[in-house]
Amino acid sequence: MSSYPTDLRYTSDHEWLRSAGTTCRVGITQFAVDQLGDITLVELPKVGDHVKKGEKFGTVESVKSVSDLYAPISGKVTAVNASLKDSPEHVNSEPYAAGWMIEIEPSKKAELDELLSPDGYTKHVAAQ
Amino acid sequence: MERKRTPLWELHKQHGARLIDFGGWDMPVAYPAGTIKEHKTVREAVGLFDVSHMGEVYLRGPRVREAVEQLTTNAVASAAPGKAVYTLLCRPSGGVVDDCIFYKRSDTEFFVIVNASNTAKDLEWFREHTHSLCDIEDVSDATALIAVQGPKAVALVDRLAGGTLTGLTSFTFADATVAGVRCVAARTGYTGEDGFELACATTDAAKLWTALVEAGGLPIGLGARDSLRLESRLPLYGNDLDDDHTPLEAGLGWAVKLDREFIGAQVLRDQKQHGLTRQLAGFKIADEARAIARHGYAVVDRSLGTGEAAVIGTVTSGGPGICVGGAIGLAYVPVAHAKAGTQLTIDCRGKDIPATVVSGKFYKRT
Repeated sequence: MSSYPTDLRYTSDHEWLRSAGTTCRVGITQFAVDQLGDITLVELPKVGDHVKKGEKFGTVESVKSVSDLYAPISGKVTAVNASLKDSPEHVNSEPYAAGWMIEIEPSKKAELDELLSPDGYTKHVAAQ
Repeated sequence: MERKRTPLWELHKQHGARLIDFGGWDMPVAYPAGTIKEHKTVREAVGLFDVSHMGEVYLRGPRVREAVEQLTTNAVASAAPGKAVYTLLCRPSGGVVDDCIFYKRSDTEFFVIVNASNTAKDLEWFREHTHSLCDIEDVSDATALIAVQGPKAVALVDRLAGGTLTGLTSFTFADATVAGVRCVAARTGYTGEDGFELACATTDAAKLWTALVEAGGLPIGLGARDSLRLESRLPLYGNDLDDDHTPLEAGLGWAVKLDREFIGAQVLRDQKQHGLTRQLAGFKIADEARAIARHGYAVVDRSLGTGEAAVIGTVTSGGPGICVGGAIGLAYVPVAHAKAGTQLTIDCRGKDIPATVVSGKFYKRT
């Protein structure tokens, strides 16, 4: 079984979130990447857009399928990983680093506590 | 329901394949190399495909040619022994039961390879429409099928066959021994590349596969099989071909020989005489559009109104053009929109994306 970075929080939809000061960086997990296969296109919101917890904030297309991305928390988009436009393969090769997707400034801090812990996420994946 | 396994299932697990349900079969969609690398390997070197889920049938008997003549749109019955012929099986309506390859062994024996998802339906179709003119033997469970495809495929297989397959030309086949395994070796494929498809006994499949891997073939999943066939504009039954569209509409007129009688011939002749109303068109979406049109997306003309009123066609296959860039696909559209260069608009999940009709293959082998 894969292990998931312990400094991150997770959603049951396979997004990860890393808190850093006033913003949180968001991407998708290794499990999601393994399920998707080679990613060919990532569609993300614009800086300044608002996202809402549990709602779609973008899409990721692999050779064979399209999947929606769901915001782990609500807030304002403060940064978007522009490198994914030309190099979506970063999501495959480094989902927790170069393959990050957006940064969100949380509007409801309490939502952070509702996310899954690494243990909780590992159990969630095992039950899939 | 338990998914069916090919005789190579254990080896796929060992190779680290990601397995998915494909029409009731537990099949490798990609290996750790990933679909893009697998796709490029077939274009540049040689890849191996386990397609043992496909169905294999023998039709035999002194009057088998009469039966085959009725079933097939292409000139299969009259082909020379040793020829492999791509053909459609049509309904009286002209709709397609399946597309498949008939291998003419002799005037009294044909070997047929059919789509996995259609095996049961095709067997039923054969039983109903051969009118006891031939014996039908389903050997699907006893037969494994391995495709070896790519610019280095022919040399690889020929080497393992001790140089006995050198003389085999495109769309011919022969009984052969490859890596010590008795098989039917056909110079056919579904990737747009040169290569062989090897049919052998299920009990020998692992031995043959292992020898092909050791000789340098990379295992390729169904993901790349689909992207390769689409780039080469080879139709997929269930996407681009079905009961509701004729081979002429699908652009497969070259596999329909109307100077003979067969099931569906009359409708196809009428269609040819009166002209088509819709046609399968290839389209390309520019890289800058950053969109992929997939199976089921609507082709729209917004000048016709809103909602359903704007729909003029449907995308049947689509995906990234791994070796040609951008995104590519096939769609049924009115003939007036099917000419090369025509601009189409495709509703990609709520967003109108421009696409250009292109004729011929998206990828051409050099």
